[in-house]
Amino acid sequence: MIISDNLNTYLIIAAILLVIGLYGMLQHRSLIGMLISSEFILNGAGLNFMAFNRFVAPNPAVGQIYTLFIMGIAAAEAAIVVSIIIAVYRKYRNEDPAEVQDLKL
Amino acid sequence: MIVYRYIAEALFYAFMILTFMGGYMAVRSRMLMHAVLGLAVSLLGVAGLYFHLGSPFLATMQILIYVGAVCIMIVLGVMLGNTPDQLAAKNFKGRNLVLALGACTAAFMTLFVTLSQTRFAPAAERVGDMSIRFIGENLLFQYCLAFELISVILLTAIIGAIILARDGREETAK
Repeated sequence: MIISDNLNTYLIIAAILLVIGLYGMLQHRSLIGMLISSEFILNGAGLNFMAFNRFVAPNPAVGQIYTLFIMGIAAAEAAIVVSIIIAVYRKYRNEDPAEVQDLKL
Repeated sequence: MIVYRYIAEALFYAFMILTFMGGYMAVRSRMLMHAVLGLAVSLLGVAGLYFHLGSPFLATMQILIYVGAVCIMIVLGVMLGNTPDQLAAKNFKGRNLVLALGACTAAFMTLFVTLSQTRFAPAAERVGDMSIRFIGENLLFQYCLAFELISVILLTAIIGAIILARDGREETAK
């Protein structure tokens, strides 16, 4: 049975990626772990766009362009979050998200 | 040749397993460095899936941007933030784990039921193809504004990252 040519396969893989990200977001005990989990969620979204682009979209460039945009946003987000984590580490000397409660640095 | 199709199918399974194993590693590993490695492995698997979806360009970009840039940036964050590995390994309440698992199962079941109930009809007619040339034409004409806005966002992110990471250093230097 050919499952690599089936829309639902990709949608289920994307759903599993989303769930992995959600689980990591809830379970990780450090800010960097949560950043890693958010990358999984964004990748699940990108895979969804690509799957719909391949199987149902009328214009096969749109999904690829959106996935490229998701990658760009993810890169910007990772840069910002890493610098925020470094600033938080300088201020609090640890990265436990439960102890970081003040917005003001 | 039917043999090539079987090989492609086997590769699809391999990429799928790579994606899930990387995800498991990223979520469950005790050291943050191993989590980043798991993320990189999983993203490589997703790049293979993009290849199977008929877009080698996106697969290349996935490896270049995600594995090449984002993962390296997170590795730098791990090293600069000097996160103690015990923090990731610290025992947390079993209740939280059960709640996280329950929330994820609920989310997955909702999505799965929705997917299995929905019928996605393919578009009546497709214009264009999956080629890079067509993507470039779309980016230059129809999605020009969004393309420019992405570069503005990236510029803002770079400046913001520099300002955020620079602020604390002067205090520590004093």
